Amino acid sequence: MNPRRKQRLIVILSIGGLLSAAVGLMLFALNDNIDLFYTPSEIIEGKQGKTPQVGQRLRIGGLVVPGSVTRDPDSLQVTFSLIDTGPKVSISYQGILPDLFREGQGIVATGVLTSPNHIQAHEVLAKHDEEYMPPELAEKMKGIKHQKPASLDDAL
Amino acid sequence: MFKWLHPYAKTQAAYSLSQRLTPWFAGICVLLLVPGTLWGLLFTPADYQQGDSFRIIYIHVPAAMLSMSTYVAMAVAALVGIVWQWRTAFMAMIAMAPVGAVMTFIALFTGAAWGKPMWGAWWVWDARLTSELILLFLYCGVIALYSAFDDKQQAGKAAGIMALVGVVNIPVIHFSVQWWNTLHQGATITKFDKPSIATEMLWPLLMNIAGMMMFIAALTCMRLNNEILRREQHRPWVSALLHDRRENQNAV
Repeated sequence: MNPRRKQRLIVILSIGGLLSAAVGLMLFALNDNIDLFYTPSEIIEGKQGKTPQVGQRLRIGGLVVPGSVTRDPDSLQVTFSLIDTGPKVSISYQGILPDLFREGQGIVATGVLTSPNHIQAHEVLAKHDEEYMPPELAEKMKGIKHQKPASLDDAL
Repeated sequence: MFKWLHPYAKTQAAYSLSQRLTPWFAGICVLLLVPGTLWGLLFTPADYQQGDSFRIIYIHVPAAMLSMSTYVAMAVAALVGIVWQWRTAFMAMIAMAPVGAVMTFIALFTGAAWGKPMWGAWWVWDARLTSELILLFLYCGVIALYSAFDDKQQAGKAAGIMALVGVVNIPVIHFSVQWWNTLHQGATITKFDKPSIATEMLWPLLMNIAGMMMFIAALTCMRLNNEILRREQHRPWVSALLHDRRENQNAV
């Protein structure tokens, strides 16, 4: 390689190295802000020593605790609990839930922390995992029998 | 090591090579994309969680993966252009830019159309979605910078530097779902473990990824040829080529 090309290559590679280091440090510093949501244990126990304040607007992501979903028969009001590895946080929400909302499903809810372990949500999103398989296989492997939610006719 | 590549720095050699490759890329693309898409959309079983909605994966994942690969290819072309001062490399770079931009747009669009029924939102500012949007802006920036200069050699250098700077974004997109918690799910096939997708669902996906790759290659070759002809229109070999073509047309 002739010296001029070599010099250009070295200049470009070193600029590239510096740039990726700068971006890396920046992303590392902003780490907390890039996370989309708090997990339930981060809300109760704090994230890096800081617990969210009551009244703070935040997002929470966790699994819906089986058996915790209660619906108000007269309205769209629903309450449920979310859990990850530690304590639970309860959520209340009024509105239409996404189709994928089930017990045991990952959920991301946006709302206001009204007490240290309760969130009044105004948006509930369903998170799905990266596994794709036909229903029969899912039943065999995971023992879950997922079916489409009963259609409106059946529900009435 | 790369001595065999040197002849292709000449526009004429590059033109004839990509002219020869185009029909192959296009042919293989049709052979893979058509059956892959039909298989994926009509014959694979529905997903246990998402039902038929998951089938958008057969468009979304190839477009998203290749929007990143195309960017890397574009950046390699830019690096070659800047370090070795190959004009042909800059032409290849700008040939790839709009193709990659369209792939990024398809990935974002199909992602939104998938997100609405499954997540419940068209768009969420999570790390994966945001970094993919930045990729679209990078492509647009490269295209805009290239067209801002009248001197296309200068344009190539400026846009090339922009393309190289943007490479930082590629690992961020790929690892965003691991480094931060996001609404977007983790990687299904681009990881070292066994793919977490059932085999009968995986095959059409792989076919579509390969087919989309061929599609991008064919489009790139066609755009590269046009770019070469436009930039070299005053060279004798181009006039001779055009003259021959006109003769053939008259003969028919």
